[in-house]
Amino acid sequence: MGVAMLVAAACGQTAAPSAAPSVATAKPAARGQGGDLKILYWQAPTILNAHQATGTKDADASRLINEPMASFGKDGLPVANGLASEIPTPTNGGVTPDFKTVTWKLRTGVKWSDGSAFSADDVAFTYKYQCDPATAASTSTYCDGVASVVAKDPNTVVVTYKDTNPFYYQWGVGGGSLIYQAAQYKNCVGAAAKNCTADQKPIGTGPYKVDTFKPGDTVTYTLNENYRDPNKPFFKTVTFKGGGDAPGAARAAFQTGEADYAWNLQVDAGVLKPMATASTLANLVTVYGSSVERILINFSNPAASLGDKRGEPDARDPTKATHPFFSDLAVRRALAMATDRATVATQFYGDGLTGKPTCNVLTAPEPMNSKTSANFDVCKFDLAAANAELDKAGWVKGSDGVRSKGGVRLEATYQTTINAVRQKVQDVMKSNWEKIGFKITLKSVDAAVFFTNTSPDGANHFWADIEMYTNSGDPDPTSYFNGGWSCGQVASKANNWQSGNYSRYCSKDFDAIIANLKKETDQSKRNALAVQANDLLLQQVVVIPIVNRTFATSGVSKTLKGVDPTPWDSEMWNMADWSK
Amino acid sequence: MGRYITRRLIIAIPTLLAITFVVYVILALAPLDPLSQFGADPRVPPEAREAIRKSLGLDEPWYVRYVLWLGGLLRGDFGYSFMSHSPVIELIQQRLPNTLAVVGVAYIVGLVIALPVGMISAVRRNSFLDHSISTVTYAGFSVPTFFTGLVLIIVFAVKLHWLPFIYNSNLKVTDLQSLGEQLRQSIMPITVLGLFDAAIFTRYIRSEMLEHLPLDYVRTARSKGINERVVVIRHVLRNSLIPVVTLVALGIPGVFGGAIVTEQIFHVPGIGELLVRSILLGDTPVVTAVLFIFAVLVVLFNLVADVLYGVLDPRIRYS
Repeated sequence: MGVAMLVAAACGQTAAPSAAPSVATAKPAARGQGGDLKILYWQAPTILNAHQATGTKDADASRLINEPMASFGKDGLPVANGLASEIPTPTNGGVTPDFKTVTWKLRTGVKWSDGSAFSADDVAFTYKYQCDPATAASTSTYCDGVASVVAKDPNTVVVTYKDTNPFYYQWGVGGGSLIYQAAQYKNCVGAAAKNCTADQKPIGTGPYKVDTFKPGDTVTYTLNENYRDPNKPFFKTVTFKGGGDAPGAARAAFQTGEADYAWNLQVDAGVLKPMATASTLANLVTVYGSSVERILINFSNPAASLGDKRGEPDARDPTKATHPFFSDLAVRRALAMATDRATVATQFYGDGLTGKPTCNVLTAPEPMNSKTSANFDVCKFDLAAANAELDKAGWVKGSDGVRSKGGVRLEATYQTTINAVRQKVQDVMKSNWEKIGFKITLKSVDAAVFFTNTSPDGANHFWADIEMYTNSGDPDPTSYFNGGWSCGQVASKANNWQSGNYSRYCSKDFDAIIANLKKETDQSKRNALAVQANDLLLQQVVVIPIVNRTFATSGVSKTLKGVDPTPWDSEMWNMADWSK
Repeated sequence: MGRYITRRLIIAIPTLLAITFVVYVILALAPLDPLSQFGADPRVPPEAREAIRKSLGLDEPWYVRYVLWLGGLLRGDFGYSFMSHSPVIELIQQRLPNTLAVVGVAYIVGLVIALPVGMISAVRRNSFLDHSISTVTYAGFSVPTFFTGLVLIIVFAVKLHWLPFIYNSNLKVTDLQSLGEQLRQSIMPITVLGLFDAAIFTRYIRSEMLEHLPLDYVRTARSKGINERVVVIRHVLRNSLIPVVTLVALGIPGVFGGAIVTEQIFHVPGIGELLVRSILLGDTPVVTAVLFIFAVLVVLFNLVADVLYGVLDPRIRYS
């Protein structure tokens, strides 16, 4: 009898009319049925305008209120859960064959949370606001190469690029392209952007609107009655709390249940794993993407004795490496061969819990993840081969075990941020590298200082020989490769160390691949070019990738349904679909 | 006394100016950068960072920025936070109630505990009670607050599930039930800090009382036949409290500074947490505003302590 009732209930539910099928909810939920959703970020949001965001926390907090035209899904392709009614592609005619013009059809009848009508004019305005240089938006990179964004009619927007752009979803899709209301933001364009009070309470088309906002502390949201899907969102209110630290957040999700969603649990795997497995309250949800923890090798000479010329590329020939020993490919290859990424991944990243070993600097989207690199000799941990490489190249071990050649000793400084896991990784690397004849001095710098262009101890100045940190990219790798390793982006005094090629690597071959990548419109050829760029960097040992880290590492309550993070967009990208 | 106060207030002005100058110079020289949050993210390229820096006014040399800031300050404008684009004064106003509710209450609780305990400890000197109180107080200020905090969280929040350990700053106390909620969420941080403060005050009160107990006037009072309890409380305690009151007054600016570690562990969004985070992020307007307010409070409460001392102790006369 009971079983029959259960079966009947299940049948009844699947037969009932549901809202537009969403990603992962099991049954159609009625709007506002749920109570309060508690989200906990150990970095508190400080601003609710995604275009003025200083970090993921701000972009995520903003995503509950405002939305882009479409989001980036797990494979790096757009998903139509935003303001666009369908995704334009070359096949449906939304993208012209020269990849220069993209026509977006917007949903009709959409309202802002204050009841006014949304139209293509708001999209065109957002472009004007975001891409005005005086606004100094932190998302302004998505404006590069965009010629115009025009409202053709109230429900159609045309995005035109200056040149063929194989990444035609660059503007309008994902976390960098949230749409704001023209009426609210009209006085905040340009220099006025930095004092804009609308940033504290933006009006949006998303599932929630701001109730209270205490920057650096908590945001409380109530559901947006004007949201376009009458059956969503499920939760009546959301409390987005920030502050504290990652272990505290893990405790709140796994042990006390005070948080339904605890973000970015950067906790030692040895502590996180038992907490997650023993927990009856929450699960650890992760997704892999393009986040790679990597070791950079300095091609310039960081010797302090050079004074002003320290860390500068060669003035006459920038393709020439000037580092005393890393200019020798054999030395770089030996360093790579003595890099034990497997041990690091197993011991410190929970053996797949928060990271897996990788020898690719570009790991996603999957078609661009090189399958050939695993066979490179520089990707295999082999101390004997490393020693042989150095012997062959004439680096002789001295009585203290440190190799030298022509008076140059293999003494290197290895820097990274202050972080328990990273310090342990440094220890492992140091012990292996010293076995092959290096002398390694370890250095760790506060993250707030490491990632500035002004600090002599920072990643940009790179006044050390080896450094390590994590970086990730967009679904299209062009800006990732260009910003990281092209000749035009070499960090130096001339650009106040702001450019992204910290290694000072400059190669005509690499630049040629990037130039092709900027123009190639055939996707399979693009994939091949990306793999080629990745493999070149590996074989020249410009960078040594160690671990592919999870993009999202969050503690999610077992009763919370619909959470499905993508590595290419905010963890809040489909928050409207969540329910309990 | 009035002339003394006026003179002190006048001297305070150049003191405060000097403090703001030193703070500004240190911040300008520190390698902190509001753009460090972007890390090495290629999605915020150098041109974007340069534009942001320019829009925040960071392309001006520090002395120009100092003069601009000072000008704003004289008009009562503390500027806008780099991170949140909201007026700094609003941020401080949001944080102050939380700090006062936790750190302020802990201060008072510490005092309330310390008074009787210190008194008993002094009166029953070298007894078993005194020794155990001394041991507990030494332990109280030797054990770091992050340790006691974590122990309390593990016992009361994780294991027993009696208390929440994430502080809800939006809780408004309107009725008995919300007051109960507020007590539940703040009892752990208050206990941690209160015990720490109690330990310190207990030692002060005990040592002051020990100094007064053997004095002549006490012997006189006793020989007059006055009840021991009255002698201790009405005579000895009141006199012992004079220096203690001044120490308490001097400690009040510290309350406004928040207790950084405790705020971090219990997720209390107080001023201490705001200050530390703003320093790390290079959010200069917030840092200079908060430090300026501290400086004002310290100068002010120094004056209050000195005046109180003169008021309470008739032997002190200021010219």
